Amino acid sequence: MPAVSETREAVEKLARSNYEWGFETNVEMDLAPKGLNEDIVRLISARKKEPQWMLDWRLKAFRAWQDMSEPDWAKIRHPPIDYQDAHYFAQPKKKSGPKSLDEVDPELLRTYEKLGIPLHEQEMLVGVEGAGQKTPVAVDAVFDSVSVATTFRKTLAEAGVIFCPISEAIIEHPELVKKYLGTVVPVADNFFSALNSAVFTDGSFVYVPKGVRCPMELSTYFRINARNTGQFERTLIIAEDQATVSYLEGCTAPQRDENQLHAAVVELVAMEDAFIKYSTVQNWYPGDENGKGGIYNFVTKRGICKGDRARISWTQVETGSAITWKYPSCILAGKGSVGEFYSVAVTNGHQQADTGTKMIHLAPDTRSTIVAKTISAGQSDSTYRGLVRMQPKARNGRNFTQCDSLLIGDQCGAHTVPYIESRNMSVRIEHEATTSKISEDQLFYCRSRGFSEEEAVGLIVNGFCREVLKELPMEFAVEAQKLLQISLEGSVG
Amino acid sequence: MSDFLKIEGLKAQIDADGTPKEILKGLDLTIPKGEVHAIMGPNGSGKSTLSYVLAGREDYEVTGGSAHFKGQDLLELEPEERAALGVFLAFQSPVELPGVNNANFLRTAVNAVRKARGEEELDAVSFLKLAREETSRLSMSGEMLKRAVNVGFSGGEKKRNEVLQMRLLKPSLAILDETDSGLDIDALRIVAEGVNSLRGPDFSSLVITHHQRLLEYIVPDRVHVMAHGRIIHSGGPEVATLLEKQGYKQFLEAAA
Repeated sequence: MPAVSETREAVEKLARSNYEWGFETNVEMDLAPKGLNEDIVRLISARKKEPQWMLDWRLKAFRAWQDMSEPDWAKIRHPPIDYQDAHYFAQPKKKSGPKSLDEVDPELLRTYEKLGIPLHEQEMLVGVEGAGQKTPVAVDAVFDSVSVATTFRKTLAEAGVIFCPISEAIIEHPELVKKYLGTVVPVADNFFSALNSAVFTDGSFVYVPKGVRCPMELSTYFRINARNTGQFERTLIIAEDQATVSYLEGCTAPQRDENQLHAAVVELVAMEDAFIKYSTVQNWYPGDENGKGGIYNFVTKRGICKGDRARISWTQVETGSAITWKYPSCILAGKGSVGEFYSVAVTNGHQQADTGTKMIHLAPDTRSTIVAKTISAGQSDSTYRGLVRMQPKARNGRNFTQCDSLLIGDQCGAHTVPYIESRNMSVRIEHEATTSKISEDQLFYCRSRGFSEEEAVGLIVNGFCREVLKELPMEFAVEAQKLLQISLEGSVG
Repeated sequence: MSDFLKIEGLKAQIDADGTPKEILKGLDLTIPKGEVHAIMGPNGSGKSTLSYVLAGREDYEVTGGSAHFKGQDLLELEPEERAALGVFLAFQSPVELPGVNNANFLRTAVNAVRKARGEEELDAVSFLKLAREETSRLSMSGEMLKRAVNVGFSGGEKKRNEVLQMRLLKPSLAILDETDSGLDIDALRIVAEGVNSLRGPDFSSLVITHHQRLLEYIVPDRVHVMAHGRIIHSGGPEVATLLEKQGYKQFLEAAA
């Protein structure tokens, strides 16, 4: 979001506090050897001052992981990943950032500008040294007890909402973490979730008590955290009966990271009549124009509608990463519960995306909706892969799936791989799919009305994605629209 | 600069399954500032090609001749630059843009053009006010502003939407490519009124049509007869009446 002064203050505050914290604990960590073994898992747990049960949990995951192999069913290609050739406690290092924006890649700044991110916040994002200290007024405000971050916490605390780093939750709210962690995505669910479970360093924890409607979008806060987001994030969100929460992950500004492999796990638990809305904008570094570098993003996201009439809604706009492997899913265990998945995946250059969802209908009268929009440009390859499964008890289950692919140019690929399994005769499953190209007619029509070619592509693509974008929180939707256009720059002509 | 639009010896071809096909074969046409000219001609004479070439469609390759507008070499400009210069093409078959809100499309277009012309951009409120005035002038329902561009519009609605765009973009050269086709008599009258009210010393128009009927409402200063990629006859509004009565035969024979 274009930062209001509040955001900026909060960014400054947290950026600084994280940084200090990182520095203190990091000196030693930088010496930690590469590679992954039980000692590293113990080290991570010790550094986090975790209780024994947490360490045991991690070790169990690690042992499971050792016996697993990387999944090979996705339509992606990459050189083998050497899991022993990485640091697993990759905290932000004490390295000297750029002194000013003049030292920053102008390409990056140009993108920030297009997204409408204020100069000051650009400095925060690229980590200009001392960026937080430049406006004394704001700093004062931060040192005051009235800092925005504190206000956030206070407002949330008054509502009874717990919102903190998961490392903190493990210490402060062990009973909740113990009760839910790994219940939606079991440690050995898949290769990457097992890896994450063994070595995750941080992430977010949200607990919304019974009957509470979370008083704010849990977005700004995360945006702040996002700068130091690690390789292996772990997020756990619990909404008790009748609770409502909207959580926003990610950032439209391009995220650069030295770490090539990212394997996050997100678990959502929605009890009776609860509603969890989880929105993601992912714009990790996609690699250069030759397909070199770029993030491998292997994410496991899953939510369970445990209670009757619970609802979980995933919205994602995926524009970054060299490889995206991600299937935010819903387990519809409560009667009449609802799962939704709205996705826009954009690939350009040499990017590869294999993404979709799983809707597992376990209970009667469950409903799910899937709207997936895939846009491929350049030499990229994009696959929608989705599963709709109606179990024997899913009487009157309903699913509607719509997959639309838009191709730009003639060197890209788009694929739709729907899996439909029904074990109950009373269900209704609908699947619609279209593939189209941006037509010359459309481009010329727009250009003859004064749009540049890139604006025209942006306009057409945004129109194509409208059904998904309208699911995003308002202020984020505006940025996401611009992001789509920027992601597709140079894709035509 | 009395020659507002000046086309000389214009030749253009299109790629037809690998073989170039010449459609414009040395076309000359001059429209002075403030005049409305009509082009009539049988099917396949190249009328629509002319409109596309003037608006800058890339499928057509210009192989000879020139086209100048306001003293600028039109053929050198990108389609959006031509729009900024004041060229507007009302499409014979307006294109659908699924999911693109019509009001949003119109406002972005208007502001793109205003910006390029060095005019102040319109904010959402003043734009909407303007758009509402124009839609009611064209007897369009305000609902059409909320729909996706041309998606699910009837033939008549699409044509009115073109005229709406024209009025909002305030071109100095409007090319109407068979805007009358598919319109009933009431719609025709409304559309013609939309064009006529723009007429003035700074507005020129090229009206391409099959039928004399439209020219009863938009009375042209000159009528040109086009055949085989050329203008073969030019005259006053009476040419249209003559054509309606006697067909193209006599002109074709005279030109042969």
